Amino acid sequence: MLTKRIIPCLDIKDGRTVKGVNFENIRDAGDPIELGAMYARQGADELVFLDITATNERRKTLAELVTRIAREVNIPFTVGGGIASVEDVQVLLQSGADKISVNTSAFKRPELLNELSREFGSQCVVLAIDTKFEESDWYVYLNGGRVKTAKRTFDWAKEAVDRGVGEILLTSMNNDGTKQGFALDITALLSQHLNVPVIASGGAGTMAHFEEVFEVAQADAALAASIFHYNEIAIPDLKNYLYDKGVNVRF
Amino acid sequence: MKTVIIKYNAGNIRSVQFALERLGVKGIVTDNPEQIQSADKVIFPGVGEASTAMQYLRERKLDQVITHLQQPVLGICLGMQLLCKHSEENNATCLGIFDVEVKKFQSPVPNGLKIPQIGWNNITGLYSTLFEHVPENTYVYFVHSYYAALSPHTVATTNYVINYSAALQKDNFYAVQFHPEKSAEHGQRIIENFLKL
Repeated sequence: MLTKRIIPCLDIKDGRTVKGVNFENIRDAGDPIELGAMYARQGADELVFLDITATNERRKTLAELVTRIAREVNIPFTVGGGIASVEDVQVLLQSGADKISVNTSAFKRPELLNELSREFGSQCVVLAIDTKFEESDWYVYLNGGRVKTAKRTFDWAKEAVDRGVGEILLTSMNNDGTKQGFALDITALLSQHLNVPVIASGGAGTMAHFEEVFEVAQADAALAASIFHYNEIAIPDLKNYLYDKGVNVRF
Repeated sequence: MKTVIIKYNAGNIRSVQFALERLGVKGIVTDNPEQIQSADKVIFPGVGEASTAMQYLRERKLDQVITHLQQPVLGICLGMQLLCKHSEENNATCLGIFDVEVKKFQSPVPNGLKIPQIGWNNITGLYSTLFEHVPENTYVYFVHSYYAALSPHTVATTNYVINYSAALQKDNFYAVQFHPEKSAEHGQRIIENFLKL
């Protein structure tokens, strides 16, 4: 049976992980490759590397980093951050990335999603959406959550699936950083009405939150960063917990 | 030992090369027929679309090269599907090593299952030297919308929507629907077993 996936996310700047990490058993907490390989050994099902570097040298640095990751890590990984063209994706896939994620650039030019899925296949195109609940609905935000749009999240997700994306990475800005749990309603809405996997992100604080997002919101995967980096929840413990609760996970 | 990875217009060649590298083996990426024919082991990877991949192979006469190989050949994902007889993906006539039809998962599917299947699923009925020291029900990583039906060549089975072939074997041809190069230590073991054939 297909399992629910646990995905640690690593923010990258100039080739280093940005958010602090708190592990005693790795030599260099800032090295994304060492950290990624450690998560893979612990039983992470996938990794996401999000590049937040904003320099002209970005693309070259990122491609080199992706190659180094691909050499070391024996599980699938997604790379995102500033990807805006078929050429950008070509470089990253050739460097060894399994999937790429796009966000703002796809919103500004939705045809990009058609181009990418046609060129590389839906299976490697992930649409990342930053969403916020306001008044009565969830809306799409851009540029790392700084720019509000008038687009409803469900509408954008549906359009993106119609244009060929193979997966949706949904981050709730209301929940992100709160450790109060994932946004169950919007995750469930997308997961139930779209025929692609939904990765829930933002708000994980306890192991019960993961159970909830899988069982109640029917997320296909759950992503988190700080709780893993600060060793608040260890992946093997999380998987044992989920298994005991009847959630199908991989060991 | 010379291990060759067939180069064509279908992705993820790099991942396969790195997986070999982790096992201390250099994988030569090539579309040169002599290089492929003279290899001890041939890996036929692939992510992409069946009909354009077949067209690309035919234009370079690689279809003939592949079907006449005598050494162990390992098809991966799309590579496995191309070794079958025919694929529903844009009605592609494939290489025909395995007398097996490649079909699309029916959509909409029951129980909220989604297409493509993306993620870790278990393999059962393991019946091949490829799976030596690989336990029943091992989880491996799949990404696909099309599947090879069950057949007498099936040497591993997975269930998603229906039961289908996770692996096929006939003579010197081995094929897996999942990605051993991305399937952690068990995937690595499967590649190692292939290299030892």
